[in-house]
Amino acid sequence: MKKEGEIRIPSGCAIAGVFAKDGKNINGGLIVRAMTTMHERSNGLGGGFAGYGIYPQYKDLYALHVFYDNMTARSECEKFIDEMFEIVNLSKIPIRKSPKITDEPLIWRYFVTPHQNKLADSQLDEKEYMVRCVIRINTKYTGSYVFSCGKNMGVFKAVGYPEDVGEFYRLDEYEGYSWTAHGRYPTNTPGWWGGAHPFSMLDYSIVHNGEISSYDANRRFIEMFGYKCTLLTDTEVITYIIDFLLRHEKLTLEETAAVIAAPFWDTIERKTPDEAARYKYLRNVFSSLLITGPFSILLGFEGGMMALNDRLKLRSMVVGEKGDMTYFASEECAIRMMEPNVDNLWSPRGGEPVIVRLNGGVNHGN
Amino acid sequence: MAIDFLYPEFEVVRDQSRCIACRVCERQCANEVHSYDEDLKLMVSDESRCVNCHRCVSLCPTRALKIIKSPHTFRENANWTQDAIQEVYRQANSGAVLLSSMGNPKQFPVYWDKILINASQVTNPSIDPLREPMETRVFLGKKPTNITRDQNGKIKTDLPPQLELELPILFSAMSYGSISYNAHESLARAAVEMGTYYNTGEGGLHKDFYKYGAHTIVQVASGRFGVHKDYLEQGAAIEIKMGQGAKPGIGGHLPGTKITGDVSATRMIPEGTDAISPAPHHDIYSIEDLRQLVYSLKEATEYKKPIIVKVAAVHNIAAIASGIARSGADIIAIDGFRGGTGAAPTRIRDNVGIPIELALASVDQRLREEGIRNEVSLIAGGSIRNSADVVKAIALGADAVYIATGALLALGCHLCRTCQTGKCNWGIATQRPDLVKRLNPDIGCRRLINLLTAWEHEIKEFMGGMGINSIESLKGNRLMLRGVGKKKKELSILGIAHAGE
Repeated sequence: MKKEGEIRIPSGCAIAGVFAKDGKNINGGLIVRAMTTMHERSNGLGGGFAGYGIYPQYKDLYALHVFYDNMTARSECEKFIDEMFEIVNLSKIPIRKSPKITDEPLIWRYFVTPHQNKLADSQLDEKEYMVRCVIRINTKYTGSYVFSCGKNMGVFKAVGYPEDVGEFYRLDEYEGYSWTAHGRYPTNTPGWWGGAHPFSMLDYSIVHNGEISSYDANRRFIEMFGYKCTLLTDTEVITYIIDFLLRHEKLTLEETAAVIAAPFWDTIERKTPDEAARYKYLRNVFSSLLITGPFSILLGFEGGMMALNDRLKLRSMVVGEKGDMTYFASEECAIRMMEPNVDNLWSPRGGEPVIVRLNGGVNHGN
Repeated sequence: MAIDFLYPEFEVVRDQSRCIACRVCERQCANEVHSYDEDLKLMVSDESRCVNCHRCVSLCPTRALKIIKSPHTFRENANWTQDAIQEVYRQANSGAVLLSSMGNPKQFPVYWDKILINASQVTNPSIDPLREPMETRVFLGKKPTNITRDQNGKIKTDLPPQLELELPILFSAMSYGSISYNAHESLARAAVEMGTYYNTGEGGLHKDFYKYGAHTIVQVASGRFGVHKDYLEQGAAIEIKMGQGAKPGIGGHLPGTKITGDVSATRMIPEGTDAISPAPHHDIYSIEDLRQLVYSLKEATEYKKPIIVKVAAVHNIAAIASGIARSGADIIAIDGFRGGTGAAPTRIRDNVGIPIELALASVDQRLREEGIRNEVSLIAGGSIRNSADVVKAIALGADAVYIATGALLALGCHLCRTCQTGKCNWGIATQRPDLVKRLNPDIGCRRLINLLTAWEHEIKEFMGGMGINSIESLKGNRLMLRGVGKKKKELSILGIAHAGE
């Protein structure tokens, strides 16, 4: 059986998210409980979480979460990490053994910062340096896989049902202002931990439900810009697209949404001439980054979260608010599990981003 | 008459019990096949003149006529085929290069027919184009990814010049001269109506058609026929023709018999002279020279029009395209070896160039590997025969396709491949006024619109089936394609997996 990266595996899924605009700490257990209600949307072949604000003691360091197949892979990869970064702290990620989660790889965590001389030599900015190093490990170091590399955030994922994965990683011992979660229903059975979601790059993490039909058009375009799609999953390519648009092209979140879930031409034509010109420009210049086919995604990033559906809304996604808290989920039941008495609850329209930020109001899109 | 060893290729079969001797066939045949025998009181035929264009068959009111391939044969020989033998006879008779028209008719693989398209099942929904929006709009031109903003932080929307197409199909270059006034008018009006473009070819632009300029691509070829400032300014884009799929490596050839009145004026050459454009552009002997011509044309038109460079698909096409992409061109048009022509040396047509499917796939891949795919748009042509070919071309990586033979078929062409004689009975590839008027531009335009509309519907059905609701998500989406019955090497060049993989 081919594993992820050797074959393209579509999957259906459940996603959920929670965000505290006032920055207050939310216990990881909350999001794990939310996922239990959507158990039927996963099939036990992948679950995962991303938490933001969880490493306040190391908030200025990049947290590398790495899967190793064996000790040889680990020692090879650690040589590289040691060469490229100053390692401030390293340890195994604490886990709680459970019969529901088996065959775990070695799971290590490093808090690092780039070696300043290496960084200067590379003539790259720090983030680009990080990205290239991570892609290098994931493509060149067999048996090593970096699945999280942002600052003050971390991804936790495994093969299993999401609630079991949350238990395994002891998420009830983490606190952060923002959490996303994913339960996977792949149409094939790779059983590889790296293939579970969220997928992340720097502080961007994506959980995604859907199967995009534009995959190869997107992949072949984004690979022109130094990315290498090794997993052949939708989530991976969506993450790279978002990283490219936000970090390289410096688009706003709204503009990014207008590229990947572009409004239809007849919608654009109804806008003011100025706005129409901008939408047309974005659709034209980034035409190969339009994502078609069903998707609902939650993009986590430092200080915020964006929810977005494909432009036809071919996947469910519900948003609820209660005070400074915003909840997102594939199904309302998951929101009710986190907060039974939400102030309001709605289903965002296709292509309409819902953006929340720390200490900012909820942006209902355009 | 001296013996020429040539026996007619076709037989004209006339059912005398149906023939009413109305003599329509006689009047309709510019090749003078049919005549009325006063003594016999019967219609008779000289089949040696027949080119099998079906004009008489189509117009015979009693359906008394059919044209069949002559069963007369040489002794069978797998090596010396009938064509091979007859071509020797012909050249021994004339001492001349053999001339033909339209695209390469030989038995080479048609890769389109070995590629299959995907559709959604279960894990994602197909989209119904009758009930949901389905977008086919395409922009051709450079797409630089360096966003700039004004002082308010709004994105500046200036872009290098773009062509905007409502569907990814353009009419390819066919010169006024090689085809008729009415054929050009049909193409121009259909392009306007469908929100796409037609292409003047290398024969200049008739003044009457300046009004369609916004939907016209004006061509600059090595002969520079009909090229002047007004001409360049009329077009929505300018195409530098470096080569043509039907005859890579050689120039155009329009026989003097077709250089009449307006054709002569439009080309700016004397009536009756052969219009032979040089094999190379004599100001382009290398890639740096191409850059100069590209920028000369941009200067002349104030950088308002995209420049297309059209090349024939030849062995080193990926490197050539990469060079063109770096020479300032906005769009590259690649013409495969099956592309048509009004006149080409038979040997060249049948033996030079490579299939568009392979050329397109390798160019798109190469430009991506070099990170310059966004510097140019790609148009693939020669030959795109139907909407499935269009979908496959786009999924291989084309931004749009050129069609020409298909467009002529819509106008009534029967692919008899004798355009070079100038006696087209369908009023398409001729300048004889009595023949030209047989093509009614109102009807011609309508038929072209019908063709493109039908293809557009089919393209949308294909897209919907794949769960794609905008054509840009199909571009270069090779995962949507699978090959059948092709070798590993061929599939690797096409960049697609085998069916079942």
